[in-house]
Amino acid sequence: MSDEILLEVKDLRARVEEKEILKGINLTIRPGEVHAIMGPNGSGKSTLSSVLAGNPAFTVTGGSADFHGVDLLALSPEDRSHEGLFLSFQYPVEIPGVSMVNFMRAAVNAKREYFNEPPMSASDFLKLMRQKRAVVELDNKLASRSVNEGFSGGEKKRNEIFQMAVLEPRLAILDETDSGLDIDALRVVAGGVNKLKTDRNATIVITHYQRLLDYIKPDFVHVLYKGRIVKTGGPDLALELEERGYDWIKEEEDNKHREE
Amino acid sequence: MDKDKNNKKDKDDAEEKNLPGRKDDDAAGKDIPERKDDSSIIDDVTSGDYKYGFVTDVDTEVIPVGLSEDVVRLISKKKNEPEWLLEFRLKAYRHWLTMTPPKWGHLDMPDIDFQAISYYAAPVKKDGPKDLDEIDPEVLKTFDRLGIPLQEQKMLSGMAVDAVMDSVSVKTTHREALAEKGIIFCSISEAVKDYPDLVKKYLGSVVSYKDNFYAALNSAVFSDGSFVYIPKGVRCPMELSTYFRINAAGTGQFERTLIVADDDSYVSYLEGCTAPMRDENQLHAAIVEIVVEERAEVKYSTVQNWYAGDAEGRGGVYNLVTKRGLCRGDYSKLSWTQVETGSAITWKYPSCVLAGRGSSGEFYSVAVTRNHQQADTGTKMIHLAPDTRSTIVSKGISAGHSENSYRGLVKVTPAAERARNHTQCDSLLLGSNCGAHTFPYVDVMNQSAVVEHEATTSKISEEQLFYCNQRGIPTEEAVGLIVNGYAKEVMNKLPMEFAVEAQRLLQITLEGSVG
Repeated sequence: MSDEILLEVKDLRARVEEKEILKGINLTIRPGEVHAIMGPNGSGKSTLSSVLAGNPAFTVTGGSADFHGVDLLALSPEDRSHEGLFLSFQYPVEIPGVSMVNFMRAAVNAKREYFNEPPMSASDFLKLMRQKRAVVELDNKLASRSVNEGFSGGEKKRNEIFQMAVLEPRLAILDETDSGLDIDALRVVAGGVNKLKTDRNATIVITHYQRLLDYIKPDFVHVLYKGRIVKTGGPDLALELEERGYDWIKEEEDNKHREE
Repeated sequence: MDKDKNNKKDKDDAEEKNLPGRKDDDAAGKDIPERKDDSSIIDDVTSGDYKYGFVTDVDTEVIPVGLSEDVVRLISKKKNEPEWLLEFRLKAYRHWLTMTPPKWGHLDMPDIDFQAISYYAAPVKKDGPKDLDEIDPEVLKTFDRLGIPLQEQKMLSGMAVDAVMDSVSVKTTHREALAEKGIIFCSISEAVKDYPDLVKKYLGSVVSYKDNFYAALNSAVFSDGSFVYIPKGVRCPMELSTYFRINAAGTGQFERTLIVADDDSYVSYLEGCTAPMRDENQLHAAIVEIVVEERAEVKYSTVQNWYAGDAEGRGGVYNLVTKRGLCRGDYSKLSWTQVETGSAITWKYPSCVLAGRGSSGEFYSVAVTRNHQQADTGTKMIHLAPDTRSTIVSKGISAGHSENSYRGLVKVTPAAERARNHTQCDSLLLGSNCGAHTFPYVDVMNQSAVVEHEATTSKISEEQLFYCNQRGIPTEEAVGLIVNGYAKEVMNKLPMEFAVEAQRLLQITLEGSVG
C-alpha cells in the first residue's frame, strides 16, 4: 500500500429523478486496497456504483471524485472505463445476437483507440480471450455465445469477472457480485477477483453479506446508511454486522440526527 | 489520400467553386473512398455520409422526357430488338395506360409525373466506337470507386459481375470461365440477341406485364439488366452479381433481371445498387423474375443502398420493385435475402410461388429506415402444391422520422396439403418519432396446413447502452453492435462477400440515430 491515492470521493451527492439518494459520500481508496461497502437495502450502495460509473439515470448534484488525477465526474461513461474504472453489474444486461467475442473486441479496441494504439490483431485478441477465460473457468462455448443471453446467474457473474480480467481496470467495483450465486460459483468468482489483484489496482466490493468477504478479504469495511458512510472499520466490522445486523447502526444514526 | 488520383476535372471544379485551399487541395475529391484501410473505415463510420453520392462526368445520351408509343419504339430501336420484343413492350405499354398507381402501401408518396422522366440514358464513349469491348475510363473509375473493379487484372476473384450504369450494361466479368460450364451470364440485351428462345420462353412468365402498375411500366420501357441461365446439374462455381448504378439526372432506371435455374442446378446471385445524391427524386422500377426447376436452388441476395434523400427528406430514390420467383420444379428452393438501407421510398415484396411439390421458399429481410425514409416491404408466399414450406424472417429497424412497414401474404391453396409456414416479424425502434407497422395477410384454404406468425417490437434499452458504455464502447458503436446482433439471423444468410459490407452499412446508416 502506498501514499498514492487512486480514488478520492468528496461529499458526493446524487439523485434519481427528484429523490436524493447519495447525501455526501466521502471515500479514499489507495492502490492495492480492497474496500467493502455494506449496508441495509435502499441505503444507496448500488447508486454509488452507478454514479461512479456514470450511469445517466442518476444526476450528480454536488461533490467531486478524483480518479488518479482525473476528474471522474467530467468524463463520459466510456472514458471512465478507458481510464480504468470497471463495474461488475448486479444484473448483467443481455444483448441478443452480439457474441462475447465481438463485444469484447469492440471494448478492447475502443480502449486502445483512446490511448492512440492500433487495434489488436485478431490472433492476439483470441489469445487474450483464451488466457483470460481461464481466470474464471469460463468455457469456450460461453465466450462464443451472445452477451449474457441465456446465461445462468452464476455464468453471468463469471462473465463479468472475465470481462474485468480482459480490461484490467485500475479500480473494479463489484456490485453484489455474490447475489444469486451458489457456493461453488462464489468460490470461482472470488478466486478470479483475487487472481486479478495487484498492488496497483483496487477493488470496491458491494455486498449484503459477510459470506463473500470470507473469500475476498477487505482492508476496510464501510457501512452506508441513508446515503452516507456512517461507519468505517476493519474486517471485524463485517463480522460484527453479520452477527448483530444493521439495526444497532440504524439506531445510532437515527438518534444522532434526533439529537441534532 | 493519394492526390495524384484526383482527376483533373475535380481540381477544376474546386477552383471554379472557389473552395478554400491551394490548387492541390483535395477538397473537391474528399468523398472519394481510397483503399479501404482501417483508418478510412473508422472515418466512414464516424462521418455517416452517403459515400456513393458522387456523379460521374461522362457524356450521356439521354432521350427526351416523356412516355408514348414512340418512346417505347425508340428504346426498342436503340437496342436493335427483334419484333416480338417490341410487341411485348407495346402490349405492356397499352396495358399500363389503363392502370393507376397502387395506393395501398403505408406510404406517403407524391404523385409521380411519368411524363417528366426520361426513359433511356446511356453513357457514350467519347472517342467513338474503336473497340466495342473498350469501356470509358470514367465509367471504369466509377465502378472502381464503388468497389467493383472491372479490369481483367483487378476483377474480384470469387464473383462475376454485370455492371449496369443507367440504362445499359457496361461489362460482365468472368463470362468465359462461366461459359465453360454452360452457364450463361450476360446483360439481358445481349441475351435477347444471343439466346432469343430462352428469353422468349421465360420473359414475363413469372411477372406478367399485367401484374401491377410498375411491372407494366417496366415491361414497356425496361432498359437493361442481367440474364442468367444455369444448365441442368450445374453448380455455379462463383457468386453472380449485378451492380446497378443510376448516374444521369432526371432519368428513371428500369432494369429487368431474369434467372433460370434448370433441374438440379444451384446459383447464388447478389445485387447491389447506389445512386448519386440529387435533390430531385429518382424513379427505379425493376422486375426480377426467377424460374427454379426440379431440385434446383437459387439464392438471391440484395444489398440495396440507393440514395435515401437528405436529413430533411429532400431527394432520394423511389424504389418500386417487383421481384418474384416461381419454384416450378418439385423440391426446388428459392431464398430471398435483402438488406434494405437506402431509397426514400421502398415498395417491394420479393415473393415465392411454390408450384412444385415439396418446394420451399425463404425470405430474410433487414429493412432500415431513418430520417424521412419510408419502407413498405415484405413478401408473398403462395403455396400451390403439397408439402411446400416457407420461412419468413423480417427485421425492421426504424429511426428518426421514418416509417417502416412489413407487409406479407401467406396463401395456402386447397391443393397445398401439409403446407407449412413460419413467419417471424420483428421491429426495432430507435427513438420515439418513428413508426413500425406490421400488415400480415394469412389466407389458408387447406385444413392440413400449419401457419405460424410471431411478431415482436422492441427498443434498444438504456441499460444495454450503459452496459456497453461501461465497457468502453461509445454509444454509436454500441448501437451498431446491438443492431447487427438484432439483424444477425438475416445477415448470416448473406454470402461472405456481402456480409462484411452489409454489417458496415448498418453501422453507417444508423450513425446519429440515437441520442
